[in-house]
Formats: sequence, structure tokens, C-alpha cells
Amino acid sequence: MTNSLNLWLIPLLPLIGAAINGLLGKKFSRQTVVSVALAFCGAAFAMALFVAARFSSLTLPHIESVAPWIRVGSFQVDFAFYLDQLSIVMLLVVTGVGFLIHIYSVGYMWEEGGFYRFFAYLNLFMFFMLTLVLASNYLLMFIGWEGVGLASYLLIGFWFTKDSAASAGKKAFIVNRIGDFGFLIALFLLIKHFGSLNFAEVFQSIAPLPPEAAAGTLTAIGLLLMLGACGKSAQIPLYIWLPDAMEGPTPVSALIHAATMVTAGVYMVSRSHVIFDRAPSALAVVAIIGTLTAFFAATIGICQTDIKKVLAYSTVSQLGYMFMACGVGAFSMGVFHLMTHAFFKGLLFLAAGSVIHAVGGEQDMRKMGGLRTKIPWTFWTMTAATFAIAGFPPFAGFFSKDAILWQAYSSPYGSWVYWLIGVITAFLTSFYMFRQWFLTFFGEYRGEAEHEHDAHGTGHDSSSHGHGGIHESPKVMLVPLVILAVLSVIGGWIGSERFGGFLAPVFHFALPAAASGHSEPALSEGVLTVISVLVALLGFGLAWLLYYRRPQLPKQIAQALGSFYDAVLNKYYVDEIYATLFVKPLVDGSTRILWHGVDQNVIDAGLNGSADGAREVSDTVRHMQSGNLRSYAGWIAAGAAVVIAYMIWMGTR
Amino acid sequence: MVPLSYYLLLGGILFACGVTGFLIKRNIISIFLSIELMLNGVNLSFVAFAAQWHALSGQVFVFFVMVVAAAEATVGLAIIIAVFRTRETLNVDQVNLLKL
Repeated sequence: MTNSLNLWLIPLLPLIGAAINGLLGKKFSRQTVVSVALAFCGAAFAMALFVAARFSSLTLPHIESVAPWIRVGSFQVDFAFYLDQLSIVMLLVVTGVGFLIHIYSVGYMWEEGGFYRFFAYLNLFMFFMLTLVLASNYLLMFIGWEGVGLASYLLIGFWFTKDSAASAGKKAFIVNRIGDFGFLIALFLLIKHFGSLNFAEVFQSIAPLPPEAAAGTLTAIGLLLMLGACGKSAQIPLYIWLPDAMEGPTPVSALIHAATMVTAGVYMVSRSHVIFDRAPSALAVVAIIGTLTAFFAATIGICQTDIKKVLAYSTVSQLGYMFMACGVGAFSMGVFHLMTHAFFKGLLFLAAGSVIHAVGGEQDMRKMGGLRTKIPWTFWTMTAATFAIAGFPPFAGFFSKDAILWQAYSSPYGSWVYWLIGVITAFLTSFYMFRQWFLTFFGEYRGEAEHEHDAHGTGHDSSSHGHGGIHESPKVMLVPLVILAVLSVIGGWIGSERFGGFLAPVFHFALPAAASGHSEPALSEGVLTVISVLVALLGFGLAWLLYYRRPQLPKQIAQALGSFYDAVLNKYYVDEIYATLFVKPLVDGSTRILWHGVDQNVIDAGLNGSADGAREVSDTVRHMQSGNLRSYAGWIAAGAAVVIAYMIWMGTR
Repeated sequence: MVPLSYYLLLGGILFACGVTGFLIKRNIISIFLSIELMLNGVNLSFVAFAAQWHALSGQVFVFFVMVVAAAEATVGLAIIIAVFRTRETLNVDQVNLLKL
């Protein structure tokens, strides 16, 4: 390994930071905690940049094995890292956006208790996330996969004294377990059928197979992997944890639940594209789930009033877009959207955090309004992000979303149905984002009078944000906002063609022999682009009409829609349905059968019974232990007599 | 020549006398004597077998037993004196401090 890049350093650096802060941070001053956390996270970013600079001189994929891990017969798994075009994109996004959010958190969390704990967790998350994207085999990836779940759990429940935060953390963890179960079974199937978990070996043994061969196995593996991705990336039917995850501090929502961790599923599906290429049914499931999720979550997003919940459902919806792209075989477009989404959604969350910070912990958009002039930096950066996600050219989101819609329409796996739902979703996205924009920044301020801000410290992030007056956030929070705003504007200018070309070597197996009989698309890319821009404008116009021009209209519409509106407002009662279908039977069954039945009647009864039995026997037997010397001697004599009698009897037989 | 079974019978009777004495006597010295009786019953059967099978090892064993018995007698008698000095009795039923 003459050309070693010491890739192992990249994940390890944040781990050292996490260890230092986590073990010793309690005694550190806030400045020390911050310098440790930022230094190690920044070092990881610098390493990523260094790797990127050397990237063109590498032979790809570049695999660095650090140490053997598991070797059983011919099966072996090493601590090894895998670098190709896909992982370098992920690497730069994770370390870059992660570093910016670290900086932002300094300002946002400065007043909070458990400061060192927060940064230790954040660095720990970076470690696992980088392990995930750099792993060269599924098992190491799985370690990272579980690790980010752990970090997510710890950070959602960061304010663990608050009941809702603690249970949101548990919910996220448990729902993710369901997905991880699928992932794990997929790994077992891979071991059974291909005898390896290394990306290179697995893909090499699958690639030469014609699409029909081993279709059943590959479809099963693909579907199980997709189940894992559904859990981690909050797709139907496992998306329910993500909106609740907003209980965590806002930088956590930005980093973990928008920019990086939730995109791990997209990364994993893209990484496993060789499997999905040969399992068209699994691929179709990916596309359908993605499309449905995108649409479904967008409709819920319309009615949310919590500024972070809107963004949460928007994240679910955008992740749906990414899966739609993967599902129609346009993996590189999925990753493209992943990248631009990391910029603008990270920015949206950070800006939302800045708004929440400004109004003293209030998260209800109905109590905001008119903030445009009071927090101009936040306003302008959030505007950039809003236009980006709504798909206005030339903002970043336009390029990636448009590329996905075009692929959904024109790719051999695509269909006009995906495209149509995608376009409707784009309209909804534009509408609810501008609804948020107008509600927050325009009109009159609807919150309590400013001098009362000290009083209401009960809100969300408010434990210590109760300071007077609406005010702009400190510079340390604004700098990341501005950088991300610039990226949200220019991030897409690289263009889907060039980005796809860059990733092409990774996905070169993709789209084997474009399915025959697929006719030329009826509409050209140009027409579709115009349509997407039009729906974005339409969403903007509708939001402008309803929430700026005629603010009383939404209420009338809501009343007109009646119960349907209620259903959407209550997120289609999905949580309640799940509670009835799964949670309640599980709890009841556990209580009746496992607790009262097995635990009390079998385990406890058996244990207590044997203890009682032992006591009764010893009650009888202890009278032998009289302390009388001659009785002992008598027992010995009797015992000896029995032994002798037995031996005589044996001898004379 | 006296048959082997006579010796064994005598040894058994001696041993049984020893056991009985051990069980029913209260005085430590009597118990001690009973132990010696048992040992000698065993010794008798050892030498009887040794003579019968012309094996020296049986006779050597008897010497061992006698040596051990002598050593045991010294230690045992010392203990008896110590017990008598502290407890002023040789009745085993009254030497029962270890009893629950």
C-alpha cells in the first residue's frame, strides 16, 4: 500500500473527539469542549478534502484494509475502507455539512445544560456516519448504521427529563430496529448465497449473472435491504419516527434527521445497485414506496403548524424523491438530490433554529409572522433554501428535482405515473414551503408582546432561550447559514449531466440493456422542465394568496373540507392505527402471556418452588446435625455397614 | 493349623466390640480404648491374610497402623488432658460446644 491515504483516520478523528469530550468534558470549560469538538470534526473535514484533492490520482475503487476482523474458513470481514466516487461525495457532504452544523451548534447550544454531552454525541455521530459511508463491506456498514441509530437516539432524547423527548428517542430506536432486522436478514442471505460481505466480492459474483438468474434470491435481498432503508430513511411504512425526532435540539434535526443519517438508506440502496439492477421487482418496490412517501408526507406537511414538523415531513417527502430516483434506476440522480438536499434542508433546519432562537423558543408558526425585518440574515438565508427546495431555477433543488422527474418519466424503469405524482408533490412542496415562509416572515407578528418573552420558558428549545426581544442570532450561527445558503444556490450548477458523469463509473452496471420496447418519451426534457417550474410558481402563488393576500381563506377552506382536513391535520391517524394494530396487541400480549403467564407462573413459580422445596427438605434433614458426637459416630458406623453389606452382596452374586 | 476364618471371625468380633464401645461409652478414655480395639481387630485380619497368602505387605501395613495408633494415642491423650483441664469432665455429652 504505497498509495495509502490513511482513510481510517477520517472516522477515527471524531471518535477521539467524542471520547475526550464524553469522558473528561464534564470538567472542561465550554470553550475547551468547543475547541475539542470542532478541532476533531474539522480535522476529519480537512482529511476528506485532502482525500478529494488526491482523488484524481487514485485507481478506483480504492480499498484500504486496516486490520482483519472476522476470519472463519473462507468467510472474512476486515476493517477496511472503500473509496469511490459515491463515497467521496458522501464523505464531503457528511464532513462538510457536519462541520458547519458543529459550528452552528456552538451558538445554538451555548446556554444549554449538558453542553459537553451534546458535542460528545455529535462527534460520536460523525464517527459512525463516516464508518457507514467508508465501509468496504456490509458488516462494517451495519456497524455504522447501528451506530448512527444510537447517536440519533441519544440526541433525540437529549433533553431526557422531558417525557416527550425520551419517548420520541425510544420510538425512533424501536422503529429503526424493524428496518435493521430486514437489513440483517439481507446480510445473512448474502453470506449464504455469495459467501462474502465485501462489496467488491459480492458485486463481482453478482454482476455476471443474467437478470433472470437467482432472481428470487436477489429480489428477497433487495426487498430486505429496502426494509432497512425504509427504517433509516423514514419511508412508508416506517416513517413515523422522523417527525417525532424533532424533539431533539434543532442542530441535531439538521445534521442527523435531514442532511446525513436519514440519507443513509439512499446511500445503501445506491451502493447495492448491482443487486437492485438484477431484481426489477425490488427496484419497482423502491420506486413505488418512494413515490408514495413523497406524496403522502407532502400532504401532511401542508397542515402542520410547528415550524420543525413541516420541515420533518418535507424531509420525508424529499427522501421519497431520492428513492423514486433510485427506483427508476437513476441512482446518480438520487445521490445528486441527496447532496443538494443536504445543503438546503440542513440550511432550512438551521434557519428554523435561528427563528426559534429569535422568538424565544416558540415553534408554532401561527405565533410568528413579520420576522423579515427583525432577523434579516435568517430571512435571506431561509429564502434561498425555500426557493431551492421549491425547485426554482437556478437554485440547487431545481436541478436535482428536475433530473429526478425527468428520469422518472423517461427511464426504462420509469413511468408517467411516477412523474405525475412527482410533479404534484413538487407543487405541494412549493406550497407548504412558501406557506411556512409567508407565515414566519410576512404579515404581522402574532406572538405575545416582546417583553413577555422572559415568562414563557416552557416551550421547546426554550429552557434557556427565555431572553427578551426578538433578535438576530450570534455570528457563529449566521456564518454556517450563509455558507449553506451559498451552497443552496450554486450547489446544483454542476448540473445533473456532469454529476451523473462523475458517478457513472460506480453505476456502470446500471440499466443493463435498456428494457426493450420502451418507446421514446412523448414529451421532451424541456417541456417537463417548464412544467416543474410552473408548478413551483403555482405553489408559490397559492401560498401567497392564502397566507399573505387573504389570510382568512385557509380557515374557510379547512371548514369546507371538514373531516378530511381533520384527518390530514392528525397525520391520517397513522400513529393511532399503528398503536392499535401493533403496539397495543404487543403490550397486551406481553402483559398477559409473557408477564403474567410465563414470568410469574413458570419462571417465578419454578424458582420459588425449588427454593421452598430445598427449605422443606433441609428442615427435615438438619435434625441429623445434632452436635452429639456419638450420634455422628453411629451414622458413620451405619454408613460403613451399608457399604460393606452392599459390597458383600455384590461379591456374592 | 487354625483356619483363616477363625482369625477373621475374631477380628470381626473385636471390631464390633470396638464399635459398640465407641457408640455407648460416655467417657472419652473408654472411647479411645474402643478405637484401639477396632484398630487391633483390623490388624488381626491383616496379619491373618498376610500369613494365608504369604504376602509381606499385609504385615508391613500392620506396622504402619501401629505407628499411627501410637502417634494418635499421644496426640489423643494430650487432647484428653487439655479437655479435662478446661472442662473438668470427660463425659462427651457435656463436651458439646460445637452444637447448634
